[in-house]
Amino acid sequence: MKNIRNFCIIAHIDHGKSTLADRLLDFTGSVTDREKQDQLLDTMDLERERGITIKSHAIQMDYEYNGEKYILNLIDTPGHVDFSYEVSRSIAACEGALLIVDAAQSIQAQTISNLYLALENDLEIIPILNKVDLPSANPEEVTDDIVDLLGCKPEEVIHASGKTGFGVDKILEAVIERIPAPKGDPNAPLQALIFDSVYNTFRGIETYFRVFNGEIKKGQKIKFVATDKEYYADEVGTLKLTQVAKQSVKTGDVGYLITGIKTAKEVKVGDTITDFAKPTTNIVEGFEDVKPMVFAGIYPVDTEDYEELRNSMEKLQLNDASLVFQPESSAALGFGFRCGFLGMLHMEIIQERLEREFDMTVITTVPNVSYHAYTNKTPDEAFIVNNPSDLPDPSTVNRVEEPYIKATIITKADFVGNVMSLCIEKRGIIINQTYLTTERVELTFEMPLAEIVFDFYDRLKTVSKGYASFDYSPIGMKTSKLVRLDILLNAQPVDALSALIHADNAQHIGKKMCEKLKELIPRQQFDIPIQAAVGAKIISRETIKALRKDVTAKCYGGDISRKRKLLEKQKKGKKRMRQVGNVEIPQQAFMAVLKLND
Amino acid sequence: MAGIYIHIPFCKQACFYCDFHFSTSLKKKDELVQALVKELELRKDELKNETIETIYFGGGTPSLLTNEELKLLIDSVYKHYQVAENPEITLEANPDDLSKSVIIQLSESPINRLSIGIQSFFEDDLKNMNRAHSSDEAKKCLKEATKYFDNITIDLIYGIPNMSLEKWNKNLEMTFGFGVNHISSYALTVEPNTAMAMFIKKGTYPPMDEDLALQHFNYLIEKTNEQGFVHYEISNFGKPNYFSKHNTSYWQGKSYLGIGPSAHSFYKNERSWNVSNNTKYIKAIQNKTLPNTAEHLSIQDEYNEYIMTGLRTIWGVSLEKIEKDFGKTFVEHLKISAKKYINEGLLEVSHQKTIITTKKGKFLIDGIASELFMI
Repeated sequence: MKNIRNFCIIAHIDHGKSTLADRLLDFTGSVTDREKQDQLLDTMDLERERGITIKSHAIQMDYEYNGEKYILNLIDTPGHVDFSYEVSRSIAACEGALLIVDAAQSIQAQTISNLYLALENDLEIIPILNKVDLPSANPEEVTDDIVDLLGCKPEEVIHASGKTGFGVDKILEAVIERIPAPKGDPNAPLQALIFDSVYNTFRGIETYFRVFNGEIKKGQKIKFVATDKEYYADEVGTLKLTQVAKQSVKTGDVGYLITGIKTAKEVKVGDTITDFAKPTTNIVEGFEDVKPMVFAGIYPVDTEDYEELRNSMEKLQLNDASLVFQPESSAALGFGFRCGFLGMLHMEIIQERLEREFDMTVITTVPNVSYHAYTNKTPDEAFIVNNPSDLPDPSTVNRVEEPYIKATIITKADFVGNVMSLCIEKRGIIINQTYLTTERVELTFEMPLAEIVFDFYDRLKTVSKGYASFDYSPIGMKTSKLVRLDILLNAQPVDALSALIHADNAQHIGKKMCEKLKELIPRQQFDIPIQAAVGAKIISRETIKALRKDVTAKCYGGDISRKRKLLEKQKKGKKRMRQVGNVEIPQQAFMAVLKLND
Repeated sequence: MAGIYIHIPFCKQACFYCDFHFSTSLKKKDELVQALVKELELRKDELKNETIETIYFGGGTPSLLTNEELKLLIDSVYKHYQVAENPEITLEANPDDLSKSVIIQLSESPINRLSIGIQSFFEDDLKNMNRAHSSDEAKKCLKEATKYFDNITIDLIYGIPNMSLEKWNKNLEMTFGFGVNHISSYALTVEPNTAMAMFIKKGTYPPMDEDLALQHFNYLIEKTNEQGFVHYEISNFGKPNYFSKHNTSYWQGKSYLGIGPSAHSFYKNERSWNVSNNTKYIKAIQNKTLPNTAEHLSIQDEYNEYIMTGLRTIWGVSLEKIEKDFGKTFVEHLKISAKKYINEGLLEVSHQKTIITTKKGKFLIDGIASELFMI
């Protein structure tokens, strides 16, 4: 046990976490040349393309240092705010953390909040200044930032480059020298923390865990505490680049477990594994049932594909327990599902995975948060509204509450004004403003979660020229003056386009919605009026003029091929449209409200 | 049965709406003509001894070539290909190149059809489009040309913003007055990356008006019909026996050989096109290589092209031909997808054998064709 080190990496997106992790694997000989592939830990195609880690992963490295053999368990963490609970569980499984900071960009909001999590868990922090070889690197200043933040000595900050491999030996040395070995009682009853699970088509769910006390043996009868379910440990082992089956995984180590579980829902990240016969009295603290934050309808473009969509969603849920869904129907879109997601990125990922892995073309409706409505009849009983059309008749509503968050934004001093105006426009109230350095400011706001859902990230990026990072945590429900904005096409209300918004913004958003839809909905052979309404009152109107001319003047030898391809593309595009009444609406129009400022 | 298209990529000046391939520098003209001759020789076996029924000089502005240059090219065709008796040989020409002496010279050459880029008889329209000729030149040249050529087509542009119906009518009356037997008439179209597109974006030229274009189009159909023209393709109107044989072959899927930069060729189910760059073209041909790209048409592509071109013509698409050439699934697909448009009066079935576009459907035919495609 004294030669085991468990650590994770805390870094902002693009600060080079995955690349540096690859270098560690290289240096310790954990991968052969043949296995090398950029960003080894990011196994999903989507992760590699987007350059982010969606799920956390773990890998074990062997390393000889001063003549002694060490086992180093690297637990990779997701780098996006949607997955902050998963990050907290990965952190709980470690004794130390590498804090990777880009030498050009310095510390970002996400990094700080994860760092605080690590400090709360008493992790040993090893600060690393990455990308020092970049021409834009500013090592002195960023080192000062890190020293200010951690209260460490400048010489404790390791300079490294994931690209060239510079500094990797120093990092490994620090992991062994500075991070404490795990503590724990090998003879105590089994106590292990589940920090991740992965779905494998052939073997079912693979559960990743860290043993705090006791050991987990092949064939042992075990119990998951939170779900209160029992299993046999069919296979246990450690996580090299491929899995290595073992007779047991001992105190302090990290490993995987296969029990024949088929659905991801049964394995909850944060849960404790213990022995069935001799259970621990000491469950791992911090377990939470992850709740979805954002809801949206997902409908097949072709109504006939409903059953296939259900199958696809069920399969997705097998390996993504945070996805929840239930059937719903829409007057405009027919049968589909109301789905709950951890956040906007999670929603995009699900939509993309449905298209890529299951070849399903879907319409995703305007996302919303979960509201609490109280009626005059039962003013003390919350009625949960996960879909704007579920909001009871306004005349019967006593009040509506919406979820609020505490938002932390770190930006350059130059952009404070811009960021503040944006947050105020988004109904934020400033709580705190701290100068981390003379250049970098941390702003804290309380604001409605719903405002984050509506194009907040993109706007923040724009107003700060990319120099702002953002993190949030929920702080509970607050009463708000909310109304439902309805959209009518050709005088028919399209329920899938309704959104709950603050009454003061209705006029403005209604107008923009109409303009955006006019831009997105192709012209048809008749005029199409677009109206925005609150209750019976029309607050804005636009008209899509009828298409009068749709013919190419010339179609000779040189035009035929190009013209054919153009019309083929047009037909393919139409397949992604949904007919509502007699109006054909393209997929992206249903998300129009998110793109009002494009 | 095949045609040869020869592309002459030079113009005196650039019309504001044009996105065809051309150069306004005539420096390379000699070299290019030599390359065209060479390409005709290099490709002599491609059409597998099919008879050449039509030769078409398009551009650009082919009337920039001298009589000798035209003769050299026509002779090369005769030398390397099997040419039918009395082939249709068309020359696209601009009024400013067609002096009386040139017209007489041309009438004595094998060229037997002139396609004259009149566009409008009004000075302001010509100036606004940056045409090289004047209103006077247009009228004078037509007066002479009709004396020496019986087979003349002229280009007219309609839907020019703010062009009144009276003005459009005057252009048509003038055309009829000269006794031409064929008209190609195009709605002014803003192609991306043209000067006109930029002017509209900047606000210095008015945007297109679809309602106006449709009004002009319907008027054009009505007036040409009164004069005995047949509206045999969306933009083409000819008196009987004066349809363009060469262009018709494009719409009927016949073979053609495209010579010169940017020219397209079609044989069986392969289409190829030369590079749209004069220098690259000349260099490659000098090295005895063809600077072209080819695509193989799948049965689906061929069906889609047949639908797209067929519905633009008076001949429509034949259900029998589709069944014979493409099979039952294609006929069924067509019948099902056409139903909606038949009900809306945009398409109609003639003698249960062919689907043709109604007058109402003609100005919307691209979207309709797209819907009938097999994807």
